[in-house]
Amino acid sequence: MTVPSACASTAGPMAIPHLDVDPFAISFFDDPYPTHERLREAGPVVYLDKWNVYGVARYAEVYSVLNDPQTFCSSRGVGLSDFKKEKPWRPPSLILEADPPAHTRTRAVLSKVLSPATMKRIRDGFALAAEAKIDELLQRRKFDAVADLAEAYPLSVFPDALGLKAEGREHLIPYAGLVFNAFGPPNELRQTAIERSAPHQAYVAEQCQRPNLKPGGFGACIHAFSDTGEITSDEAPLLVRSLLSAGLDTTVYGIGAALYCLARFPKEFARLRADPSLARNAFEEAVRFESPVQTFFRTTTREVEIGGTRVGEGEKVLMFLGAANRDPRRWIESDRYDITRKTSGHVGFGSGIHMCVGQLVARLEGEVVLSAIARRVASIEISGPVERRYNNTLRGLESLPISITPA
Amino acid sequence: MPAITFVHSNGNSDHLDASDGESAMQAATRYGLDGILAECGGNAMCATCHVYVDDALAGAIAGRPRRRGRAARWHRRGAAADEPAVLPDQDHV
Ligand code: HEM
Ligand code: FES
Repeated sequence: MTVPSACASTAGPMAIPHLDVDPFAISFFDDPYPTHERLREAGPVVYLDKWNVYGVARYAEVYSVLNDPQTFCSSRGVGLSDFKKEKPWRPPSLILEADPPAHTRTRAVLSKVLSPATMKRIRDGFALAAEAKIDELLQRRKFDAVADLAEAYPLSVFPDALGLKAEGREHLIPYAGLVFNAFGPPNELRQTAIERSAPHQAYVAEQCQRPNLKPGGFGACIHAFSDTGEITSDEAPLLVRSLLSAGLDTTVYGIGAALYCLARFPKEFARLRADPSLARNAFEEAVRFESPVQTFFRTTTREVEIGGTRVGEGEKVLMFLGAANRDPRRWIESDRYDITRKTSGHVGFGSGIHMCVGQLVARLEGEVVLSAIARRVASIEISGPVERRYNNTLRGLESLPISITPA
Repeated sequence: MPAITFVHSNGNSDHLDASDGESAMQAATRYGLDGILAECGGNAMCATCHVYVDDALAGAIAGRPRRRGRAARWHRRGAAADEPAVLPDQDHV
């Protein structure tokens, strides 16, 4: 809703639309799309009175904020909380919540650990596990696509690839849920998650230590970079933590998004079956279409103009990645799931220097799961009530009962 | 305004206008050019943006000119050629 009087007092060169929407409310999560449209239509930048933040929801502005890290920094937190004013709930991430030049160094290490060469090494194992999982589910015919596939598959490959011990892995998904809830405002989702965080944090802190990481895994590879001096031995555990925070739950939501798309759009599933080589793009399009990571914040380091509106220094700017990925100014038939779409440029993995460093792992997992389904499954049908899971940052389902038939 | 000609492996070509400071990869994806997938958005992780740069034009490109390389080589500074560049395209590796 626009409040003209408030506009007049706070506006710079151009009046800024004030909206009363809460993008972290359960009612919003249930159906964000009409609000996304309102946010985009209101202007290139809006002000959200509920949390006193600026918001950008159009593709062009989201893209330019992501690609100007000097003006829109990450080191003051990529959630609502401003690390300059508030103590972070955990020691900040050395990559996600860092700016150049500090970011450049840690990013180089994780880029090498999660490189195309690493993908070559793990690819066959990840593909075999996906085929085995689909074969197993074809025996059952009816199952929950979230618990039994979207969660079960990454859990069967990622913790091993990282080199984690078998014990305690049940902490992984709750820990990630906590991290992504904590980017949000101090609402019930965030407060409850933080209250219950102690055992998950203790588990994660312990697993990040070098002796607990199996040789050859991503975790041990990160620690090896402390021997060559690219990072210090104090930094290594925190970089392992980044993979524990961002490497598992995100792919659960990503694969879940792709399965939900294929279950809802049988024509697209038929096209995938006809040409299984479309699997990678079908996954990528699901990341655009559902945007499992919906939002991130930046903080302004100086006064800046966005779309003709003056924004002061030290302001939080909320980027609606999900809304940008469906902005009709950028995408033809933006609300359509189209597995042959040219998805290049979508911001589901972010854009610019912080663009997801684990994107190759995510795409590998998504591709091998969808490719196994394309070759082995004839039909997918939703067979029960679909339930949403609520998180301040991640968009996905709690439950997706489906039945499948063999090809 | 810099202009870039992308020559595809089948001999067809696309001529497009880039903006100052924009990389060849960014311009190509903005136009939705076939053959330049650019999955990683210029983070030099995916190699789905490979092009060959015509020898005669290597000097017109900011950053580190290379006869053959990813458009990623110039992502940082932009491949903004001041003059029309002929970039014989190559399918991704
Ligand atoms: C479908 C799955 C995934 C999605 C949608 C996703 C999304 C994102 C997004 C939007 C960002 C940008 C954050 C920003 O700009 O502030 C990001 C960064 C990051 N992601 Fe992912 N991600 C996924 C999977 C993964 C995986 C599998 C890993 C690890 C193996 C990972 C690790 C990271 C890390 C460490 C960063 C921080 C990079 C930096 O700040 O330079 N992500 N991700
Ligand atoms: S876009 Fe990935 S290497 Fe160029």
